[in-house]
Order: sequence, then C-alpha cells, then structure tokens
Amino acid sequence: MSAAFEFDGRDIAFTEGQTVGAALVAAGVRSWRTTRREGRPRGVFCGIGICFDCLVTIDDVPNQRACLVPADADSIVRSQEGDGRGHLAV
Amino acid sequence: MATSPYDVAVVGAGPAGLAAAAAALAGGARVALIDAGRQPGGQYWRHRPGDLGAVADLHHDLGAFRALVAGVAGAVRYFGQHVWNVSGSAADGFAVLTAETEVAARSLVLAPGAYDRQVPFRSWDLPGVYTAGGAQALLKGNEVLVGRRVVVGGTGPFLLPVAAGLAARGAHVAGVYEANAPAGWARHTAAVLPVAAKLTEGAGYAAALARHRVPFHSRRAVVAAHGEQAVEAVTVAKLDREWRIVPGSERIVECDAVAVGWGFTPQLELPLALGVATRVDADGSLVVEVDERQRTSVPGVYVAGEACGVGGAPLAVAEGEIAGTAAVAAPVPARLRRRRRALRRFAAAMHAVHPVRDGWQSWLGDDTLVCRCEEVTAGEVRAAVDDLGATDARTAKLLSRAGMGWCQGRVCGYATACLTASASGSATVSALDLQGVSERPIAVPISLGRLAGDAGHTGQQ
Ligand SMILES: Cc1cc2nc3c(=O)[nH]c(=O)nc-3n(C[C@H](O)[C@H](O)[C@H](O)COP(=O)(O)OP(=O)(O)OC[C@H]3O[C@@H](n4cnc5c(N)ncnc54)[C@H](O)[C@@H]3O)c2cc1C
Ligand code: FES
Repeated sequence: MSAAFEFDGRDIAFTEGQTVGAALVAAGVRSWRTTRREGRPRGVFCGIGICFDCLVTIDDVPNQRACLVPADADSIVRSQEGDGRGHLAV
Repeated sequence: MATSPYDVAVVGAGPAGLAAAAAALAGGARVALIDAGRQPGGQYWRHRPGDLGAVADLHHDLGAFRALVAGVAGAVRYFGQHVWNVSGSAADGFAVLTAETEVAARSLVLAPGAYDRQVPFRSWDLPGVYTAGGAQALLKGNEVLVGRRVVVGGTGPFLLPVAAGLAARGAHVAGVYEANAPAGWARHTAAVLPVAAKLTEGAGYAAALARHRVPFHSRRAVVAAHGEQAVEAVTVAKLDREWRIVPGSERIVECDAVAVGWGFTPQLELPLALGVATRVDADGSLVVEVDERQRTSVPGVYVAGEACGVGGAPLAVAEGEIAGTAAVAAPVPARLRRRRRALRRFAAAMHAVHPVRDGWQSWLGDDTLVCRCEEVTAGEVRAAVDDLGATDARTAKLLSRAGMGWCQGRVCGYATACLTASASGSATVSALDLQGVSERPIAVPISLGRLAGDAGHTGQQ
C-alpha cells in the first residue's frame, strides 16, 4: 500500500513501515538541512540514529531524526536551516 | 513509574540480546527485553514492522532468528524505548531508564551492539555519502536503494553483503574498494577452519558479486568525494602498506552514492555509565572486558555481543546465550564456551586481516571536516595539539570542539583520538583516549523535562 506525506509543499510517496528519511531518499531527495557554520547540505548518513545529520522538522517539531521517525500520511515535513539547538537538551 | 523488579533486564534485542533473553527465560527467570527499535532483530536481522518475508533474500540464518523470537515470547517487551541511563548495583538492584518507564531488575544483560566506524576523507559530508551500515539499514529496513550507481569502500568482510545486497536489488555497484588485502586470510587458517561456515558465507558473497559483475579492488580506497550539493564522483587510489596514497594511482569514479565503513565501534555509553572495566580490542576499539561467563567487573552486570568486541552475529548469539544463562546462575554448557572461543579466534583473525592503518590521515587536507556536527576540520584538531598543547583526545576535543555536537563524538571520536595521538607523537591510541571520546553524560538526547523527573513530558527519541 502506498501513501504520501507533505515535504516542503510536495508529496513524497512511502510504503508502510518506511522512515521519513528512507522515503525522501527513495524520492531522490538527498538533503533537507543545512549546517550552522558553513550552510552545508545534510541528509541521511548513518541511517540508524547515531549521527544526527538527518535532522528535519516534522509537524513543526524541529530536529527530529528522519532516519528513525516512521513516515505518516498526516505529517507535514519541512527542511531546516542551521540548527535549533535550543529545542534539544543535550 | 518503576516496575516491580524483574530477575533480568536485557537491553538490546539484536542477536545478542535475543539470545540472552531466551536463555534467561529458559532458566525460569522473569525477563524484561528493552530496545529502541520497534521490532526485534537489531542491526543483523533488521526489517520493517511485521515479518521479514519481503527482505528474506537479503538475510542469513532466518531459522535462528525465528527460533529466538519464539524463545523470547515470555519476556515483557519494552520496544520503541530508548534507554538513556542505567544505574544501581547487585545489592540494591538496577534501574533501566527510558523516556517512558523505569525498569527495575536484579541483574542486567547489556547488548547494545555497535555502529559503523568512520574515518574522514575529503568532502565525506556531501549528501549521498553513507555509512556502509546505513546503506544496509535503508535496504533491509526500508527496501530503499541509496543510489543507482554506488561505490562501496572501507575495510572488512561487511562490505561484501552491503555490495551484494545493493546489486541484488538493482543498483549498479561501480566497485568495492577494500583498503586491505583479504588474501591475508591464508595466514590464519587455524583460527578460521573451525568456523568455516563464516568463510563459506564470504565465498557466497564473492560469487554474488561476480554474477553482478561488481569489480572488487583490494589495497584501494575512496579518498575523496566530489560534488556541489551531493556526491557526483569519488577519487579512488591505490594504497601502500601504511595506507598512504600511491602517487599517480588516483582515479575518478562517477557515482550518485557511496557506502563506506571501517569496521564498527561498540556502543559503550550504558556499560560505561555503570563503571565497568574496559580494554582496547585487536581492532583498536574500546570494548567491555568480560570473563568466560560474559560477566563484567561490576557484579550483576553482563555484556554480550559487539559491545565486548566486534565479531559478527553468530558470536553475538553465542555470547548472548552465555550471558542469559549465567545471569540466572545456571551452568554454562561446555559446547557454548567452545563455540564462543572458536568464533572469538575467528574475529581476531578478521581484525588482523582488516586493520585500519594511520596512513588515512595523509588523505586529509587541513580543511577536511573531521567533526560533521560542529564542522571542525583536521587542521583545527591538529592545531589543538600543535598550538594549544593538547596531549590527549579529551583535551583536543574540548579545545577544538570536535565531538561536542549533536552526535557527541560517536562519528568523529575515533578519528579525533587517532589524529591527536599522531599529532602529539604517541605511537598508539590509548584506552584513556578512547574513553575520553566515548563517555557521554546520557545515552540519548532527551528533553529537560524528563531529566527534571517529569515523566509525563517525553523527549525526542
Ligand atoms: C547499521 C548496521 C547494519 C549492519 N548490518 C549487518 C548485516 O547486514 N550483516 C551482518 O553480518 N552484520 C551487520 N552489522 C554488524 C552487526 O553489528 C552485527 O552483526 C550484529 O547485529 C551484532 O549483534 P548485537 O546483538 O551485538 O548488536 P545489534 O544487532 O546492534 O543490536 C543492538 C540492539 O540494541 C539496541 N540498543 C542499543 N542501545 C540502546 C539503548 N540505549 N536503548 C535501547 N536500545 C538500544 C539497538 O536498537 C539494537 O537493536 C551491521 C551493523 C550496523 C551498525
Ligand atoms: S542518518 Fe544518522 S541519525 Fe539519521
């Protein structure tokens, strides 16, 4: 069964059980964040929640790891610039 | 709210944790099985929620997996819960803390596994460069290919299943670049023959690669990535014995994805939080020291699988079974101890054939990123030693900020420790250096609300 979520105003198809990051990669989207210092593009790197490269805003909550969050047809996913350090207590 | 104490809490439901939980249950214990993932299997048996039918062709030992899943039917599962701290003692009992629950237990089996070890290379932060395990996770867990034309590189037997899986699902694998010379296996026949099944597995992958016409190059590495917004090509080069680039051997290979891995780094946050003794393993990784019964230096705490030395899934299963048996004070069968010894010897041979040599440091420019989170360059890490006087990895980290970002040094910790050791003139990276980049205050970022004890306020998982 195929469904789709919204990403920066377009539809990204996914199948049951895929993560947001995997669906983006499958759709040919390779980056959805820029870094704070150099504005470099970032997407999935480790794929298992270790590296935090893949941070993305989902339903207005920034800094979620796209490689871990299951894709959901109700989600609105947005790319991020810089990082929202203040939102995550590390 | 804390649970009433379990006899055994097992953290990690990969090969090691599943085997530990099954063995403890078979010994009559009340067992809690906790994993951040939504289904059992860990990295090795990764699959989407539900059965693994769709990806069965990418998996091995599925019979063993199904038997283990049946064996843990009696455990209370805490899945989808990331453990951020463990504390306590055998005398007072242990507490395993997730964002949602506190699991109390009389003894602990920690089986947190490992993640891909990385060494930096020029422009390795370009999107389209993935860890080898990441490419595998996208494939096994999501049935997604990282690219259409993929270069696989690094060192270790794990590169083979990654390349074979990508090829089987239709990617064009432009080449596998193994920095070592696997012919070195011939020197280790005594260690390898008793567990020849592992080798046959390797031969199976080699045949699969040949079938898909995937070229395998030894003593060659991906030394730079190129592209504007994403990777478009890589430079591969021949390496000498110390892994310096053989001048004139560089070649450009076009690709839209790269999968690189240099062995694995055990996840030690949870064992370190309990203060267990560690050692540096043959592959240069910091690992937990355990005895023949998988006991750590802390009474009541057992560790199994990659966290006590990287050695692959069959070894993780054997160690898990031993740990779960020992945790319920049952005798560990001699056959299990023999199997563990044979597989450990195999792992030692694997590490001897697939070392990471210091020469990778000569591939880096001063402007090559080491820390992807804080965007700290190799030049800045070296300056922390040369100009600011750091002599150990922890100080170099504090001065350069390498390893101080989101991932807390999980990705760059190994490289930072190696660069610091080289710049300060030490011959080897010490356990203290590795510990300095492995200790983290909490195992996963969680919200301040949870840290403050507000259990209703769950954090980012
Ligand atoms: C991304 C990746 C992919 C791999 N794919 C393969 C493969 O295809 N074939 C192969 O032969 N080897 C693979 N490996 C190697 C793998 O490490 C071993 O073969 C095997 O999975 C090790 O078993 P284990 O039980 O020790 O650890 P793992 O399988 O890693 O299991 C550890 C489990 O612990 C859980 N965990 C860790 N920390 C926490 C925490 N704080 N809270 C809650 N849960 C936690 C994890 O979610 C995981 O499920 C892969 C490794 C990685 C990193
Ligand atoms: S890709 Fe590394 S955390 Fe998501």
